[in-house]
Amino acid sequence: MEDELTRKRPFTARRGLGIAAFLAPAVAFIGVFTYYPMVTGSQMAFRHWDLNDLTDTSWVGLRNVQAVFADPAWHTVLANTALWVFGSLVPQFVIGFALALCLRRRFPLRGLYQALVFFPWAVSGFLIGILFRWLYNSEFGVVNDLLEKAGLIDQPVPWLADPRTAMVAIISANIWYGVTFFAIMIMAALQSVPEELYEAAALDGAGKVRTLLRITVPYIRVTLALTVLLRTIWIFNFPDLIFGMTGGGPNNETQIVTTWMITITQQGDYGKASAIGLLVVAILLVFSVFFLTATRGKGTAR
Amino acid sequence: MIGKLGRAGILGGWLAITLFPLYWIVITSLKDPGDIFRFPIEYWPRSFSLENYTQLFGTAQFGTYVVNSLIVSAVAAAVATGISIMSAYVLARFEFRTKSALLMAALVTQMIPAFIALGPLYQMMTALRLVDNRFGLILVYIAMCIPFSTVMLRGFFENIPVALEEAAMIDGLSRFGALFRVLLAVMRPGIVAAFVFNFVSCWNELFLSVTLMNSDANKTIPTALNGFISSFNIDWGSMSAAAVLTIVPTMVLFAFASRHIVEGLTAGATKE
Repeated sequence: MEDELTRKRPFTARRGLGIAAFLAPAVAFIGVFTYYPMVTGSQMAFRHWDLNDLTDTSWVGLRNVQAVFADPAWHTVLANTALWVFGSLVPQFVIGFALALCLRRRFPLRGLYQALVFFPWAVSGFLIGILFRWLYNSEFGVVNDLLEKAGLIDQPVPWLADPRTAMVAIISANIWYGVTFFAIMIMAALQSVPEELYEAAALDGAGKVRTLLRITVPYIRVTLALTVLLRTIWIFNFPDLIFGMTGGGPNNETQIVTTWMITITQQGDYGKASAIGLLVVAILLVFSVFFLTATRGKGTAR
Repeated sequence: MIGKLGRAGILGGWLAITLFPLYWIVITSLKDPGDIFRFPIEYWPRSFSLENYTQLFGTAQFGTYVVNSLIVSAVAAAVATGISIMSAYVLARFEFRTKSALLMAALVTQMIPAFIALGPLYQMMTALRLVDNRFGLILVYIAMCIPFSTVMLRGFFENIPVALEEAAMIDGLSRFGALFRVLLAVMRPGIVAAFVFNFVSCWNELFLSVTLMNSDANKTIPTALNGFISSFNIDWGSMSAAAVLTIVPTMVLFAFASRHIVEGLTAGATKE
């Protein structure tokens, strides 16, 4: 049966034409509306390309990249990006894992529960930024009101006006958004663990924590690693929420690499913005290679 | 390991955290505009009012944006889903040399920041006379949706036994006939999931539409929302009403298709 499911047909010339015909529309659309602009945009990174002065679009080599490195904002932006990615990812993973473990066993209305916690996914990052901007409003925001009622603060916190609390606020919004994804992926992975493994562990007298760490986690390690990798790339490339919530402010203090790119684009310096974009791709590629090597090296299971 | 009560606590706690922002924006939108900025903050309004909504449709032309978003998202999602069915079918059922390169090319589109393409895209669309044109935005959205929905549908196709098509072909149907009559019937949940996912992606898309649509008659909802926050003071009354009207349709769609979307997302990841 397994063979039936995965059997693929061999290649012949006539079949080749058929395959090409089926793929043609997709390739054409992505080629024209995605790849062509992306490639054109990438080469702007090596040109002087400023909307304020389009008379000179000459080749400048790596000067745009140097300009990025020389910009005083670059270090803040990098530090913010690291905080944004890991500060969001780790809690998303931990809470998502806990939810997945809780959801593993059936309970009444589990389907309804899943549909309800799925809700953040239907909302755009931009709109989530706006929702949380309202929740964290310093005067009429409900977060301050609840914290005051709980006796945790004496006077309203200007969440989005202070750089440090603004970072906490945007990360909390991102955690809220991303937990569901982890919960769903981990839940699906948990369902792939064979029941016999648990039975064997129980026979050996392993406790629940031990079973989780020794059986469950190693078994779904590959899925966990891939999920974390995909999310890292995605959160890194996710300016929408910050754009809606703080616009990178106050005073550029919540800019991550991709929101900074938007700001530079809005200033008209397409060359520099493109250079930032290419640096993002380079960082993500290097990270992916390191991450895959590191997670594959550990343990023996493939 | 934490007992039944702890489990219920975690699940209930997260549900409350998830739904509270939604509750809050709905409540805000239903308050009288004056009550939104009044102390003490009301968790349940003294008086309900539709003032924010009437204002939204009266002064902000919100109806036009809703119609634009509906047309663009529905057409783009339908075409993209159709195209993705074809490419996903081929990618699931055949071996050929360029296959892994094509899948890689789809993945790379996710890694490159979309902003890098906006300038050249704007120039190209200007040359094609498709700027500020709903048809132009539809074309761009179709391209945006294809990679992900292809990967998703491929997962669904791979779960259907080849034997099913072979049986249909033995019964005298051509490959096309087999694809359209038999497979698509079995695939219906997957197709619905892909369509919903595409629709919501287009409905929510911001940066492309801000770049390409500039006249009031052609704006989509996210572009309009962006206009609301660009002004120095946000009018939270209209904003909350607009947010509710943006979220509710996609939320309903997602709730209906959530089981199949989950299936589609996890099909590839847990196969090994």
